[in-house]
Amino acid sequence: MFNYGFFNFDSKAELLDKAIEYWNPGKTKFWQDAGIDLVIDRREGYFLYDMSGRRLIDLHLNGGTYNFGHRNPELVATLKSALDYFDMGNHWFPSVARAAFAEKLVKTAPGMKYAIFGAGGAEAVEIALKTARYATKRRKIVSIIKGYHGHSGLSVATGDDRFSKIFLADRPEEFVQVPFNDIDALERALRGRDVAAFIIETIPATYGFPMPNDGYLKACQELCRRYGTLYIADEVQTGLMRTGMMWGWQSYGLEPDMFVTGKGLGGGIYPISACVVTEKCGGWLHEDGAAHISTSGGSELGCVVGHQVIDILQRPEVISNVHFVADFFHRSLNQMMAAHSDVFVGIRQRGVILGLEFDHPEGAVAVSRALYENGVWAIFSSLDKRVLQFKPGVLLDVATCQEIVDRMEAAMPRVRALLRSPRRAA
Amino acid sequence: MQMQLHEDAPRLVVPDRAEATARMKIDRAGWAVRSYARFDRAAVMRVTRAVAEAAHKAAQEYAEWAVRETGMGVVEHKRLKNELSAHPLVDFYENTDLVNPRVDAGRKMVEIPKPAGVVLALTPATNPVSTLYYKAILALLSRNAVIFSPHPLARACCAHAAARLEAAAVAAGAPAGLIQCIEEPSVPLVQALMASPKVQVILATGGGPMVRAAYSSGNPAIGVGPGNAPVYVDPTADQTLAAQRIVDSKAFDNSVLCTNESVLISLAENANRLERGLRAAGAHILSEPEVGKLRAWLFPHGHLNTAAVGKSAVWIAQQAGLRVVPSTRVLIAPVAQVGLDEPLTREKLCPVLAWATAETFERATGMAQMILRMTGAGHSAAIHCEDPQKAMDFAAALSVYRVVVNAPCSQGAAGFATHLAPSFMIGTGYFGRSSVGENIGPQHLVHWTRLAWNSDASVQMGDFGAVRAPFEGQAPAPRPAPAPAAAPLAEAGGMDRDMLRQLILQELRELTRGQS
Repeated sequence: MFNYGFFNFDSKAELLDKAIEYWNPGKTKFWQDAGIDLVIDRREGYFLYDMSGRRLIDLHLNGGTYNFGHRNPELVATLKSALDYFDMGNHWFPSVARAAFAEKLVKTAPGMKYAIFGAGGAEAVEIALKTARYATKRRKIVSIIKGYHGHSGLSVATGDDRFSKIFLADRPEEFVQVPFNDIDALERALRGRDVAAFIIETIPATYGFPMPNDGYLKACQELCRRYGTLYIADEVQTGLMRTGMMWGWQSYGLEPDMFVTGKGLGGGIYPISACVVTEKCGGWLHEDGAAHISTSGGSELGCVVGHQVIDILQRPEVISNVHFVADFFHRSLNQMMAAHSDVFVGIRQRGVILGLEFDHPEGAVAVSRALYENGVWAIFSSLDKRVLQFKPGVLLDVATCQEIVDRMEAAMPRVRALLRSPRRAA
Repeated sequence: MQMQLHEDAPRLVVPDRAEATARMKIDRAGWAVRSYARFDRAAVMRVTRAVAEAAHKAAQEYAEWAVRETGMGVVEHKRLKNELSAHPLVDFYENTDLVNPRVDAGRKMVEIPKPAGVVLALTPATNPVSTLYYKAILALLSRNAVIFSPHPLARACCAHAAARLEAAAVAAGAPAGLIQCIEEPSVPLVQALMASPKVQVILATGGGPMVRAAYSSGNPAIGVGPGNAPVYVDPTADQTLAAQRIVDSKAFDNSVLCTNESVLISLAENANRLERGLRAAGAHILSEPEVGKLRAWLFPHGHLNTAAVGKSAVWIAQQAGLRVVPSTRVLIAPVAQVGLDEPLTREKLCPVLAWATAETFERATGMAQMILRMTGAGHSAAIHCEDPQKAMDFAAALSVYRVVVNAPCSQGAAGFATHLAPSFMIGTGYFGRSSVGENIGPQHLVHWTRLAWNSDASVQMGDFGAVRAPFEGQAPAPRPAPAPAAAPLAEAGGMDRDMLRQLILQELRELTRGQS
C-alpha cells in the first residue's frame, strides 16, 4: 500500500494503470517498453527512489532543473519562508520580490538591462521572440536544425518537426532552420535582412551537446550584427554555472542581445523563467509594459527562490565545486573511454555539461538502460540517440561522483550485451 | 505565525547561509583531499614548507591582530608561538614519514598510510592563530584537508590567516580547498558540522562543553580537556632558578596556554627561599586581605571572571583593587587549602598563581592530586627537583600524562622547552576523557592499511623493491582558487590580479579540454 495521505495506490502496477487510463498512455508505455520502469517516489539530494524503493543517482536533472539536487534544503527553507509572507502575487503591479530578483539577475549579466519573467523556458523563449519582432519589426526567426526551445506557439516552431508537425504548428515561411556549426548557411539565411532573431542554445542539449566549433558562436553573433538580426542565447541548459561560468555565453565571450533562462532557475521547487534583454531590445516595456502578460510568470514565490539560487551560485565554494566535478569527470571518463573504446567513442564536455558518444545509432538508449539497471539515471539525447546526456549537478561530492563512475564501469558489459542483441529493449 | 513587523526586522526568514556555506566547504575539502592524498612525500613537504614559510612571515602581523581582536595575551609571546608553529614544527616531523608505505620483510607486513580525509579543527580564543598554524601543518603533513571553526572572538584573524596559508599551499601546487575557515562561526553551526558524516575527525580545542560536544557528535574526535597544572618545588631544587622559570612561564602570553602552572606547591622548609626567588623574578606575593579581594574579583559567585583571561598581572591587580608596582609580572596568592574549597586553585588562564605549602613531599603530592581531581586531569604538571626518585614518585602518583621537570610548564608541556612533541593540543587521555594521552601530532591523523602475510615460513612475501607506490605522480596539476569573491583575501596571500587572471584562464582551458 502506497499511502500518500491525499491519495493512495495499492501497488506500482495500479499506479501505472491509472497513469495510462487518466494521464498519458503514450509516455507511460514508452518507458515500460524501453525497460525503464521508473516511477519516482522519494527524492533527496542527487538521489531518486523508485516506488520499489530502489535508489538511482540522478544524472538527468531534467536538463539542470535539479542542478542543486532534489529538494535542496536551503532552497526548500527559502520557499517555505516565502510562503509565510507571499503568494504568487499580482502580475499587474511592481513587487519587491520581482524587482529584487530582476536586479540580481541583470547584474549577473554585463550589458543586460531588464529581466522579463515567465513560468517556464518556453514562455521565456516566447517573450524573446516577440521582443525581437517588436525591436526589429521583422517576422522571420532562424534557429538550428535539431535545436530545442520549448513547446509553445512560437518556440515550438523553431524546433524539430517531431514536435511541431503533429500539432500543425510548423510555419516554414517564418521559421527557418540552418545546420549547426555551418556559418555559411546562417549567412545565407540572414542575408535578406528580414530576420528578426537567430536563436540558439549555447550548446544544443536535446541534440546531445555537440560542441560549437571554435569561433562559431562568435561568428554567428557577428553575422547577426551585420544583418540587423538579434542574437538570442538559449541558456536554459547551459546557464547557472553549468559551463563553469554563470552563463554559457560568457564562457564563449559573447554579448547576446537577449538570453533565456529557466529550469534550474527555480531550484526544482518553484517554476520560474526569465528572458533577459538589453536596453535596445526592451523598448516595448516602455511603450506598453502589459503587452505580454503572464499570471504565473514571475510569481513572487519563484522570484524569492530564484534570488537565492543566484546567491548560492555566486559563492566561491560552489564555483570551486563545479570545477572539481568537471575535472573529475574529465579525467575519469577519458580513462573509461580508453578502456571501452569499442563502444564508447567520444566525450563532449564543457563544465558539467557532458555528452557521451556511443558507436551505434541507438547506443545511448542501451547505455541509459544499462545505467538504469545499475542504479544511475541518465537520459539519451532525443534528437541524437548515439549520445548520452551526462549532467552531473554542481553540488556533487566526491563519494557520489566516484560511485557514478564505479556504477558506470559495472554497466559496460550490459551495454555491450544490449548493443549485440537484435532487439535492444529485450 | 505572528509576524514581527519592527521597522528593521526581516519580514522573511532567511535560511542559515553560514551553515549551507560551511557544508559546501566540507564538500570542497573532500575534493581537495582526494587529490592531495595522492601526493608523494616530496610534494607534501614542499607544500608544507611553503605554508610554514607563509606562516612564519606573518607571525608578527597575526600576533598583533590576535591580541587586538581578542584582548588576550602578549604580542611578542604570540609572535613567538606563531613562529614555533611554523618551521620548527615541520622540523620536528621532518623524519616522520606519513606518506610512503613501510615494508617490514621480517614481519612479512606492508603498511600503507591512509589520511583521515576532512579534519574539522576548532581553535580557541586564547591561542587562535598559533593553534590554526599548528593544526594546518599537522593536516598538511598527514595529507589531510582542514576546515577551521575559530572561536567567534578570534574569527577575523583566523579567517585571514587560513586564507593566507591556503594561498601559499595552492601556490606550491596543492589543490584549492585544502585549508578553509568558517567565516561566521557559532555554537549551533559548529555542532551541526561536527555531526556531518563527511567529516572524518574533529580536532577539538576549546572549552570543556565544546570538547564534550565533539565527542558526542558521533564522529571520531580528538579532544583535549582543560589543564590546571600543579607545580611542585622541592627543597633540592635551585630555588632561584625554579622561581624564575615559574614566573617566566606564568607571564608568558599572560598564561593563556593551558599548560601554564596554576598552583604552586612547596614545602614549609623552602618557602622563604622560594619566596625571595619569586619576588626577584617579578612576582607580587599577596597579603591575606589582598588574596580575599583578588578571590572576590576573579571568582565572583565561585565562577571564573572570564574578563581576566589573558590579561596582564598589573591590569588584574587594578581591577581587583590591589596596588602593585608596574613591573609586576605575576600575582601569587598564598592559599591555605587546595581543591574544591579554594577557587583560586582552579584553572585561571591568567598570570595569577595560587601557592600552597605542605609539610612533606608526600603531602605535596597528595595536594597536587587533589587539585587535578577537581580539574585538569590528564593534562600537565611540573616539578622542580634534583632527586630522580621524587620526580618518579610524583609523576607515578598523579593523573597526568606529562610532568615537566625543571622547565617552565607553559612552554615545556607544549614541547617548546622540552623534547616533547611541539603541540597546541595536549592529549589528556583517559584521565581527561580524551582518546589520546600524548601531545597530538600528524601521526594521529593517519591510519594504516596493513598487508599481512601468512606467518608460516613456507609462504613467501615477494619482493617489494620494484612495487609502485600509490601516488599519482610528483605533483598533480594544481587547482587554482576560484576567482571572484575571494579576491581580496587571495591578494593578501600574495596573489595579484594578473596572476589570478592567468590561473582562471588556465582553469578554463583545462575545463574545455574534453570538448570534441
